[in-house]
Amino acid sequence: MRPAVLALGLLVAAAQGSGYQRIPAGEYRSVLKYEDLKGNRAVAAYELMTQPVTNGEFLKFVKSHREWQRGRALPLYAEPSAYLSHWQTSTALGANVSSQQPVTRVSWFAATAYCEAQGARLPTWSEWEYVAAADETHRDARQDRAWRERILAWYAQSAGTGLGVVGRTPANVYGVQELHGLVWEWTEDYSAMLVSADNRSQSEADRARFCGAGALAVDDRENYPVMMRVALLSSLRGADSTSSLGFRCARSLR
Amino acid sequence: MKRQAGLLVALGSALLLIGCQGGSQAPVVAADTGGSAAGDFGPPQGEPVKAILTSPPNVPPPTNRTAPAKVIVELEVREVEKEISEGVKYTFWTFGGTVPGSFIRVRQGDTVEFHLKNHPDSKMPHNIDLHAVTGPGGGATSSFTAPGHQSQFTFKALNAGLYIYHCATAPVGMHVANGMYGLILVEPSEGLRKVDREYYVVQGDFYTVGKYREKGVQPFDMQKAIDENATYVLFNGSEGSMLGDKALKAKVGETVRLYVGNGGPNLSSNFHVIGEIFDRVYTEGGTRYQENVQTTLVPAGGSTMVEFHMEVPGTSILVDHALFRAFNKGALGMIKTEGPDNKAVYSGKEVDSVYLGDKAVSATPVAEAATASASGALTVKQQIAAGGALFNGTCSVCHQANGEGMPAVFPPLAKSDYLKADIDRAITTVLNGRTGAIKVNGKDFNSVMPPMSQLNDDEVAHILTYVLNNWGNPGGQVSAAQVAKVRGTTARPKGAAN
Repeated sequence: MRPAVLALGLLVAAAQGSGYQRIPAGEYRSVLKYEDLKGNRAVAAYELMTQPVTNGEFLKFVKSHREWQRGRALPLYAEPSAYLSHWQTSTALGANVSSQQPVTRVSWFAATAYCEAQGARLPTWSEWEYVAAADETHRDARQDRAWRERILAWYAQSAGTGLGVVGRTPANVYGVQELHGLVWEWTEDYSAMLVSADNRSQSEADRARFCGAGALAVDDRENYPVMMRVALLSSLRGADSTSSLGFRCARSLR
Repeated sequence: MKRQAGLLVALGSALLLIGCQGGSQAPVVAADTGGSAAGDFGPPQGEPVKAILTSPPNVPPPTNRTAPAKVIVELEVREVEKEISEGVKYTFWTFGGTVPGSFIRVRQGDTVEFHLKNHPDSKMPHNIDLHAVTGPGGGATSSFTAPGHQSQFTFKALNAGLYIYHCATAPVGMHVANGMYGLILVEPSEGLRKVDREYYVVQGDFYTVGKYREKGVQPFDMQKAIDENATYVLFNGSEGSMLGDKALKAKVGETVRLYVGNGGPNLSSNFHVIGEIFDRVYTEGGTRYQENVQTTLVPAGGSTMVEFHMEVPGTSILVDHALFRAFNKGALGMIKTEGPDNKAVYSGKEVDSVYLGDKAVSATPVAEAATASASGALTVKQQIAAGGALFNGTCSVCHQANGEGMPAVFPPLAKSDYLKADIDRAITTVLNGRTGAIKVNGKDFNSVMPPMSQLNDDEVAHILTYVLNNWGNPGGQVSAAQVAKVRGTTARPKGAAN
């Protein structure tokens, strides 16, 4: 009987799609060095989707929000040659795309619109980094070499090798899945994370591009998984999208 | 003549000095090329040229240009899974789909319009730092490119030389460790010395979670990279990239130039070609050359050009002469040269004979046994003593003094099931030699034992008696008559003395 119950549980989770999980408030040490912040960074309690948004969910969204369909979305908000270009048509996934795969090739603007339609928003980098530091049993697993290697192993696969579906890996200690190992994810404030385009001069961020934001640099140089995520996000403009970049939404507590 | 006059002006002060000393044989001092300050030949002329890019080990043809051009380079970054060693897969990040990346060839003074494309299937953003660029980041600050995007920047190639290019995206070491490097050649304005063949070779060190040659898909190991503990050290990104059918080719009488780079990320290369002496080494890829060099150092993120003339046919082996890298981590390549022998330069093997050293036969027991045999009073003990002396002189070179042989090469005689099974076969083997596959004590051997034509029947009998009575063998005795019988009924290989 037990496997049946378990299967049913999974089914429910899949049917619900991305439910939200309450993330308790806390402090953590960011991998990034903020000029205006010494020591730990505080994160207020909030809610985060347990899984990345899927193709199926995003398809539903564009059907009800026609302005975000491929071919209709403004090029300024979604680079037309890439945006949802893997779907068969603007309103059908086609045989090669699974509704259970995380949606990719979405711009920051489109991801933001999706979350807003849910009464939500994209998580901030801090909110994301705070939760993504956890493994199945620890809130901060970042010093665990095996955990890092596991993440790096995903980085070693080309994005062309085929995308998995959501909900297949164990949840971390917060009950959140697939923060690593499936897709990169947009964050609300990604554009404020610009480090220098020449990543060797990280201690000397390009201040001219920040308009007053604190200069950013990578503090924990051993934490390559996060360093690479920052590098990827900082290479993008808001209308850009890639075949391995998705998102999930977050909600502030009322 | 005009050129000579120019040189005279350039060397004016030096000549003046020599003139004062009254020297008539003035040493030729090469003029300074002037570096980047003298490398701008004005705006590009003519239609833009699309650069020919080649995969290793190939090199694009000389530009053969006499005026500065606008050269368009289009390089695509791709993340690809390939074999790093037989049966071992690794995800390489590449410029152009290969490790090292495509070879780029331009001329000093050219204006290079560089397009960096990052394939849509890439997971990572990438950029490029060309050491041939004069400017911030060597182009890296202007070429940071997300997957499915492209960047463009333009530079003037002011300094002639051979330069590494590489990715400079965080974490830089990891991008480089995954194969993101290549060479760009900036020809001096007058071009390079003409040679018959040019090849492209870049060394790199690689770090995998699994051990050297551990099969399967092997991920990158960050800790090994930080510890500089390379799993593989390779030429052109895979073990066997230039071995066997893929060996570089040359002919006797030709001059070969290798454009050698070292991508690193960590190790310097001690570049050497076994069986060749570099006639000229353009040290560190620069303008001047050193002559008659055996091994040249190529720093990580650096290069060298080496030239050598092929005198004799055969296979020359490219190695990193830090030898465990060559023979235990994969840093091997080959140049196969075809053509007629030149025995005056290299004879081939002239003498191949056993050198006994302190294993020279003690003649006393052998003489005793011979006397006893003639009188018909030979004992097993005398045979063993004589056989021992003969064995140490003849057989122990291969089978070892303790009869253990050498694994996979020389079969053991100690506790040998093969020996025990058939004594006549053992006699035949000593008399006639043996070639081909046999199984001894469960191990396969496949080598050649020459016929021991120098031994007479008595001596063969003594040796085998010695062997049978040592190292856990069953004991027993072989007589000269037995040996004579085998000698009379079997055929010796052609050319072997009877």
